[in-house]
Amino acid sequence: MSTATSSPRQNRRRLLPAGGWLSVYAALYVAFLYVPVLFLPIFSVNTAATPKFPLSGFTWKWYEGLPHTPELLNAAWNSLIVGLSASVLSTVLGILAARAITRYRFPGRRPINGLIMAPLVLPEIIIAISMLLVILQLGLSLSLFTVVLGHVLVCIPYSMTVLTSGFEGFDRSLEEASADLGESAFGTFRRVTLPMVTPAIISSLLVSFTISLDEFIIAFFLTGTEATLPIYIWGQLRFAAKLPGVLALGTLLLVASFILLSVAEVLRRRAARRTQSEGGPYA
Amino acid sequence: MPEHRGRPRRPMIEIRSVTRSYGAFKALDEANLSIDEGEFFSLLGPSGCGKTTLLRMIAGFDTPTTGSIAVDGQPMDGIPANRRPTNMVFQSYAIFPHLNVEQNVAYGLKRLKLERGEEKRRVEEALAQVSLTGLGKRGATELSGGQRQRVALARALVMRPKVLLLDEPLSALDKKLREQMQVELRRLQQAVGITFVLVTHDQYEALGMSDRIAVMFGGRIAQVASPKEIYQWPVNRQVADFLGGMNFVNAEIVEEDEASLTLDTLGFGRIKADRPASFERNGANGEKATLGIRPERLRVLWDDETSAFQVAGTVVERHYFGEITHLVVEIPGLEKPLSVTETNDFGADDIPVGATIRLAYDPEALVAMAD
Repeated sequence: MSTATSSPRQNRRRLLPAGGWLSVYAALYVAFLYVPVLFLPIFSVNTAATPKFPLSGFTWKWYEGLPHTPELLNAAWNSLIVGLSASVLSTVLGILAARAITRYRFPGRRPINGLIMAPLVLPEIIIAISMLLVILQLGLSLSLFTVVLGHVLVCIPYSMTVLTSGFEGFDRSLEEASADLGESAFGTFRRVTLPMVTPAIISSLLVSFTISLDEFIIAFFLTGTEATLPIYIWGQLRFAAKLPGVLALGTLLLVASFILLSVAEVLRRRAARRTQSEGGPYA
Repeated sequence: MPEHRGRPRRPMIEIRSVTRSYGAFKALDEANLSIDEGEFFSLLGPSGCGKTTLLRMIAGFDTPTTGSIAVDGQPMDGIPANRRPTNMVFQSYAIFPHLNVEQNVAYGLKRLKLERGEEKRRVEEALAQVSLTGLGKRGATELSGGQRQRVALARALVMRPKVLLLDEPLSALDKKLREQMQVELRRLQQAVGITFVLVTHDQYEALGMSDRIAVMFGGRIAQVASPKEIYQWPVNRQVADFLGGMNFVNAEIVEEDEASLTLDTLGFGRIKADRPASFERNGANGEKATLGIRPERLRVLWDDETSAFQVAGTVVERHYFGEITHLVVEIPGLEKPLSVTETNDFGADDIPVGATIRLAYDPEALVAMAD
């Protein structure tokens, strides 16, 4: 815990002008970030096929058309499979790594942690191209399976972040206390370890699933003939008439991501609070 | 000798030549100890002395490299922690954060498959023992440090262990609460009559609560005795020092018999002191010994007061502590000045630095040590 915030600094922070240029800048910044995103839902319920103002009328027809597009359903199904596989795999691997990093002190702990987190800052296109090269060298054919492999690579850093914050501060004596009170090793896992890290695990699953669901570049390079949702959207953009449908689909993806990530964050905080409120002043 | 409240002594824990090594390092070296039933026993020593290692081996979280441990006559070799008749109060308390107070206390009982009413009754009883009645539904994260400690105690006591192990249970509490909990722990132990083994580095804690204390240094048990014996007749300088302030005076053995030692010192002259049972001449330095006297056993002599046993010297430092004053007095012939603690009811706080004073001592308070 770093509580190094010095009091003069806090004072300076408090003295910042509440109004003036700073608030104008803040408002512009937020608008730049989120107004374009707002256009998506707005045009997705517009009757006109071209996205431009003024709006011509309200309709749900673009949404109603979605379930009647077989390629779209196919892509959604592919995305679901890839997302589930990638999130489960990256969470399982993340649990192992996070437990090792938080519980044990071993040589190379920090560099190893750095290597695991690296895909977070590497350009995705580089990862995608290198993976493509390796996969072709190995003689594997491109499929949803290769997409899953790529997605696991980029999902693990997110899983690790969520899981380490859930595992950190997990007092080892909790498991000892359970054994001391007569519980077996399996019983201890079931009654103490699992309930304490479950929120972090679920949070990791949700975050990885969302990342995989939205991921485009790696899927673009590593998928064969089977498209995931972002690839499908990319394909549809060539046809002007299909645009409103894409906007409707994009809105749904946006809402789904938002909900999944919010739930994940709530769970992550709950997990962190659970483990870290323990320990007392000695820790 | 330890008082045993009229009960015949029956060993509850027997530790026979237990060694625990990590590679070349010996965390515990040939420890032998017998702890009686119903005794409040403390393992006292600085960090790294092996006291926690020993406690964890009794609990079953660690295994002796050689030697054996028996609890209530049963050898504990190969028996895991969850099947031992011991329960532990952890230093961090290890309260399960996802359970409330009641569920924490009932945690171990669930395995016993008691009747619902019986389980509830035992939980209530345990909560009452630690004065937490009515807080059963409180969440574990909403408790104060003192309350968490009580939950940890209740959770262990509810199992009705033969031995309760306490790992520095008071170290996380502030001073006032710690002193209050010391009294409560002692009372609780006498009420339930269970053998308590406490690990602590705080000598006042050990002195105030225990029937007997084992003082440990560097993986070895230096002395096992009652608090009074340990404080008054430490076996060596290390023990004497750890238990509180002590003045050490170099001495030479002039005469030695079964019951007494005659020693020559520069500052105190020729002294005849009781020969402690544990006294053994230091092999290489056979004629050398150390004479110890606690600062509070030296008394300032006023005006025309005299004593058959007195030394004179000059006050070089004075430290005021409210109810007491601490004086540092240089005695001609002594290589180190003497520390003296005086209560302030006679005006010791008014003695100026530089004053020449006389100090009286009781020869009974002098303790001879081999090194």
